[in-house]
Amino acid sequence: MKVQLRDPNTIMKLSRLGSFHQSKLSFLRSFLNEFKDWEYKRDLFNLNRFGYGEAVYSFKKDKRTYSLVCFANKIKDDERSDRVIATKWDAAFTLHDGVPTQKDIDRLKNEVPRQEVGRLSFKELTLSRANKSLRVFNHVVERLSEGKQPDLELLSNVGYLYRTTAVYGSGKFGLADRFRIKNREEINGPFRLEMMLVYLVRQFTFDQVNHVAHHKNPSKSVVLDRKICKNLGIGNSTGLGMAPFIVNHPTLLNNWVMSREIALKKIREIKIVKKKDSVLFIDCLKKSLTNITSWNTDSDYQQIKIKNLLKDIKKFIHFIDNNFDFEDEYPFNQIYLWLEEEACEECIEYVVSIMMEPYNEITNPLVSQMSSEEDKYFTIPTSRTIKDLINIIEKKYSNILKINFDKKQNIQNFWFISKNKEEPRLADRFEEGGSELEQPLAIARDVKKLYKKLLVTKNNSTVAEFLSKNSELRHIVRRVFIVEKFPYSEIQDNTIGKNIMPIDMLRLKLSFFGALKFDPRSDKWLRICMFQGAPLPDELKNYDEQWVYRSSN
Amino acid sequence: MKSLSEIETTAKRASKAAGFSWGEAEEIGKCIRQLEMFGLPGVKHLNSYFNDKKKNTYENLSSINQLNSSSSNPYCPIILGISFLDQLKIVENYEKIYFSNIAYPIIFLSFLSRSSEISGKKINVKFDEKEIFLNLNVNIYSNFLNLKFPKNSKNLEINFIDNKDNFNEDEWTSLYKLSENTFVEETDSLKKGAAGAGLTDND
Repeated sequence: MKVQLRDPNTIMKLSRLGSFHQSKLSFLRSFLNEFKDWEYKRDLFNLNRFGYGEAVYSFKKDKRTYSLVCFANKIKDDERSDRVIATKWDAAFTLHDGVPTQKDIDRLKNEVPRQEVGRLSFKELTLSRANKSLRVFNHVVERLSEGKQPDLELLSNVGYLYRTTAVYGSGKFGLADRFRIKNREEINGPFRLEMMLVYLVRQFTFDQVNHVAHHKNPSKSVVLDRKICKNLGIGNSTGLGMAPFIVNHPTLLNNWVMSREIALKKIREIKIVKKKDSVLFIDCLKKSLTNITSWNTDSDYQQIKIKNLLKDIKKFIHFIDNNFDFEDEYPFNQIYLWLEEEACEECIEYVVSIMMEPYNEITNPLVSQMSSEEDKYFTIPTSRTIKDLINIIEKKYSNILKINFDKKQNIQNFWFISKNKEEPRLADRFEEGGSELEQPLAIARDVKKLYKKLLVTKNNSTVAEFLSKNSELRHIVRRVFIVEKFPYSEIQDNTIGKNIMPIDMLRLKLSFFGALKFDPRSDKWLRICMFQGAPLPDELKNYDEQWVYRSSN
Repeated sequence: MKSLSEIETTAKRASKAAGFSWGEAEEIGKCIRQLEMFGLPGVKHLNSYFNDKKKNTYENLSSINQLNSSSSNPYCPIILGISFLDQLKIVENYEKIYFSNIAYPIIFLSFLSRSSEISGKKINVKFDEKEIFLNLNVNIYSNFLNLKFPKNSKNLEINFIDNKDNFNEDEWTSLYKLSENTFVEETDSLKKGAAGAGLTDND
């Protein structure tokens, strides 16, 4: 039986993309899988009794070493901010390519804590900073120094000791360009070095809290229990900076979603499912309930989604337990069709992720296909005709063409780059100034504009002729030819409408990162937790691959 | 040192701010990145061109012929470059293409370098005593190393070079003969047993 890939018109709607969950394809899980047999080491730990100073952690294999260089600094409580306008942080980090010399550390000490206003070199690969969850960090220090373990309920509610507020890579602020390292086998997957940085930062937070507690009361203090450490991750505050990324990298977006879709298709095409695979699927499904019930958020929007997810997952488990036989042919296809009929989008995508758990042989080859050589698809095939262009638009943007952009509500917002922080922002076109400097992120509106213009252009004229008179549409012509080859490269929705939820765009990207427990703080930013439940670095050689569904949080 | 990613992004944004469309700005970003990667002064010349553009007028040539001459104002190297890329299927058939009066030829050069890659043909460019060889956007050779590109070129000639070997048949035969010394002479038994297929494929 052949199953068709899911229709991009359904999957690439923002509400669906905003319902995606982490899976085996997620970058933090593929990072752990890739680096599990690398040698982990803490090379330097030079902190004072209050936890301020430098530390270096590394992963090494053969002649390759990646080193996380950490700088922990004292800041005043009123200087601590997760917003991008902050200029000081509790700790700052960079991933250095190789073993840093003392000279490197001295250089980095002057640059890394300054983040966006510092300058890095081609020897640095990623850059980040993080703030303490002061409430949790101080509590843990207090309890450990008294010889006690911390209050698990408090830890469970927050989930981390530190949260990062940005992770930069790929040439930002002088960091190494991707082309310098793209041929390294171990990083043949998107954001792998960003994942490494966050993972090693997590370990630094445990070491720092133990260190401070010890110096507070050397005779009585204990270290944080390993099981508790494992159930802590690294928090992350993410704002709009992430949203334009998925619009600006269409082939990359396609390769992420396409990998997920191919995995689902192949799983649905399995005729006979082995007992051990169905047992693993059901085990992950049932144990994952803890992830839903411990998912805390104040966001009404997310609370409704969680409530519906929990209701539908329970209904699904009931169906599996009582009305379903895994010995039937094509069981996962039956499950998928049942979900389409009976469950909400959040639940469909949740179960799709879990379906991948038993199938390394399907997911592993896909992981290496999730990067993209974007430049290959940059050139516009200008010798093609207007008729070709019209056909592609009618076929690939059929839902977009139905949107009426003459209505104010459909062009309510505009995307711009803030002069203060050079970060993307979204504002009301009719209430704020600056829309004349709009970024080219209103793809749906511009596709419609292009389409209207094409309809009054001669069918047999070439794209080159068209562009010589309509250069303002060049960026969108390029995209149309990209979507012709890459069906999942475009968000099939209006990104400037009145009702847009930008966090759907953030959530899509964060789900591919491997984030759990999305906690929207508004429609424009959210908090997440990464690596919660993940093995510690010294456990990587032999870890439970399904840790995501088996953590106690 | 600025990364190429920073150079591309800044060149793109500056180009939009200088009055080009987003799509054109994307092309400019890619080209300036490429020049800088080759060690050529792309940022310097783009910056200088945008400053001059505020005071001077430049011609936009959107349809390229074999002979292209602007008697009044110099051609804008960006519109010229984009037009060249867009009309590549046509212009690559011309034996030679001549331009007179081009502003900032180094910027135009970056578009020609990309054209070389897209067409799969090497391109020879001559202007003002200078000769430049564009090798499929992999590298750029020139007969001058001081990298002082002029702000204006009076005459520029482009020649697409047909794909042909850089050596003669004798040189190839000699080298091939030497390479044969790595082969094993096949006996009858090897002919029968060492290949995957049978001796005939008529079964």
